[in-house]
Amino acid sequence: MMTLEKLREIKEKTRPLLEERLKKEDKTEIREDGSIVLKGDYYKKQLRVALRNCEIIKPDSIDEYIALDGYSALGKVLFEMTPEEVINTMIESNLRGRGGAGFPTGRKWREAFKYDSDKKYIICNADEGDPGAFMDRSILEGDPHSVLEGMAIAGYAVGADQGFIYVRAEYPLAVKTLKAAIEQAKEYGLLGKNIFGTDFSFDIELRLGAGAFVCGEGTALMESIEGRRGMPRVKIHRTAHKGLWGKPTIINNVETLANVPIIYQKGADWFRSIGTEKSPGTKVFALVGKVKEAGLVEVPMGMTLREIVFDIGGGVADGKAIKAIQTGGPSGGCIPAELLDTPVDFESLDKIGSIMGSGGMVVMDETDCMVDIARFFLDFTVDESCGKCVPCREGTKRMLEILEKITGGNGEEGDIERLESLAETISSASLCGLGQTASNPVTSTLKYFRDEYIAHIKEKRCPAGSCQALLEYFITEDCIGCTKCARNCPVTCISGKVKERHVIDTSRCIKCGTCKEVCPVGAVITR
Amino acid sequence: MEFKFDMEKNKEKIQEYMNFIDENRDKPGILMPALQEAQEKFGYLPAEILELISKELNIPLAEIYGVATFYSQFTFIPKGENNISVCLGTACYVKGAEKILEELENVLGIKSGGTTPDLKFSITPTRCVGACGLAPVININDETYGKLKVEDIKGIIEKYR
Repeated sequence: MMTLEKLREIKEKTRPLLEERLKKEDKTEIREDGSIVLKGDYYKKQLRVALRNCEIIKPDSIDEYIALDGYSALGKVLFEMTPEEVINTMIESNLRGRGGAGFPTGRKWREAFKYDSDKKYIICNADEGDPGAFMDRSILEGDPHSVLEGMAIAGYAVGADQGFIYVRAEYPLAVKTLKAAIEQAKEYGLLGKNIFGTDFSFDIELRLGAGAFVCGEGTALMESIEGRRGMPRVKIHRTAHKGLWGKPTIINNVETLANVPIIYQKGADWFRSIGTEKSPGTKVFALVGKVKEAGLVEVPMGMTLREIVFDIGGGVADGKAIKAIQTGGPSGGCIPAELLDTPVDFESLDKIGSIMGSGGMVVMDETDCMVDIARFFLDFTVDESCGKCVPCREGTKRMLEILEKITGGNGEEGDIERLESLAETISSASLCGLGQTASNPVTSTLKYFRDEYIAHIKEKRCPAGSCQALLEYFITEDCIGCTKCARNCPVTCISGKVKERHVIDTSRCIKCGTCKEVCPVGAVITR
Repeated sequence: MEFKFDMEKNKEKIQEYMNFIDENRDKPGILMPALQEAQEKFGYLPAEILELISKELNIPLAEIYGVATFYSQFTFIPKGENNISVCLGTACYVKGAEKILEELENVLGIKSGGTTPDLKFSITPTRCVGACGLAPVININDETYGKLKVEDIKGIIEKYR
């Protein structure tokens, strides 16, 4: 059986070993206050709270987690605090859900606490489905015990003895790491019956997703655990009242749960001292796309997009100009370059028509067509719409058709208005978050990049030079007359004499791009 | 194309699978794990096995079919010996994942989602695999190939022939 005494012993024994290993590897530095941080410019402006142990401890070693104060918060909570006190601390910290919506975690807990029930559940939502996001994956694979400890604390607070982690099947390594971590924690008596010798018992079971984005929605996820199609429920009750199998259920995101233990170690005041007043703490972002240094970034809330992309990410790759930043995945929007000084917190992003989301941040440059990006996301939502409610099932499909028409060069007058009208209906009449936010990629690009839509529709031109159907291949004066393009053209629509400039017959050109690929001097351009 | 499930050849595996069912029969919400276990064991969901699940767990076949078709990870045709997952997440998309997929289709002569007749390869378009720093990315079995260019594809496939 685990005791506080034993926990301390493991910590004291392992900490020097951990420090020795880290010194050898030379990737970290140990600060005066005993905290360990990663070295290098990339990490200088970051503040790692949820990722505090990632890349520092070995994910398969519970001892190393304990060496860095792991499971001390659970011990403290069990011996020194009542469930009400645990909940009050969470409310004071004002930790908001990191899955995207930003609902205050403490309020959720209090809600579930007040219902009497023979059974309550804690679910960890690890169905990270936003394309271009891998925050949760990194926590699960790098520091699984922080999530387990967070779940156990939540369990104690609301009076639950059973937890589920619903993790997507696309993350096989995360599944493996979690399985091993749960085994270890059970062996140590940190999960299971009578944890630390108290009356509190808590068990965690792993459930795998099967590739349905909508299962990231709380009630759809519960349906899936119950063994049905993952379709969102009509929300008559809060899930904190009637959730999994009709019992009070707390569902928290991975990053939220990873924040939980450290709040009890360092206190609610400490947590609130980071970030902004309404959005305290830090947020992890997956900074990807056309950025020089792609990777995971954790910063205090309120940092501007510019600081994140340029000071940490090193700016745009290949010397191109930044055009937009996409946040929030298929539920979010495209933020134009002129709004780069917007601070990143729940309210500010909401105000400019995007959302914080779970933390995907995709940088786009001048060669990315905003209409095509909107089409890409709608294509995603159409595929992932569960089909339960009409506005989402039919509406997104119609929006996609219009967008395909526009990027295919067949846009008509009135298409923009049709898109706007559909967007309004879908967002106000859909059953769940997926539908309610599905039109965000379109409305945000219409708001900031309307001229691109107009260029596609009226001038049949793609300003970014990305929509294949709207491109025209052209041979410039740089042509040396090597005949390579003419010989390789599959429809023989290129003519010209040796050592003379060649010409493309655009009426017969099928825009396959072969000529551009084979040209040795780069004389074939698209315009 | 047709793929036939051989009950006789899979006898042992079916027995193992039955043990799994017996151990977990009473767990609430067991259908999804049961389907996942079946796919893990047989590589896909053969109709014969779905009938078996229906009988053993007392769930109508129609309901099982409804669940299995809802989730994109479940497949009713066998996957090739080498399963190629092509990530179509946003980061990969803006870095040219479509072209990578096209090249794979050309090289293997099958469409996305299909399996080669010799059961050697299959192409599975997949949602973001969370390796966005390496975009564009494909996974072949457990191996990840990142920062791909169209020219790389032929050489990579050759390794698995």
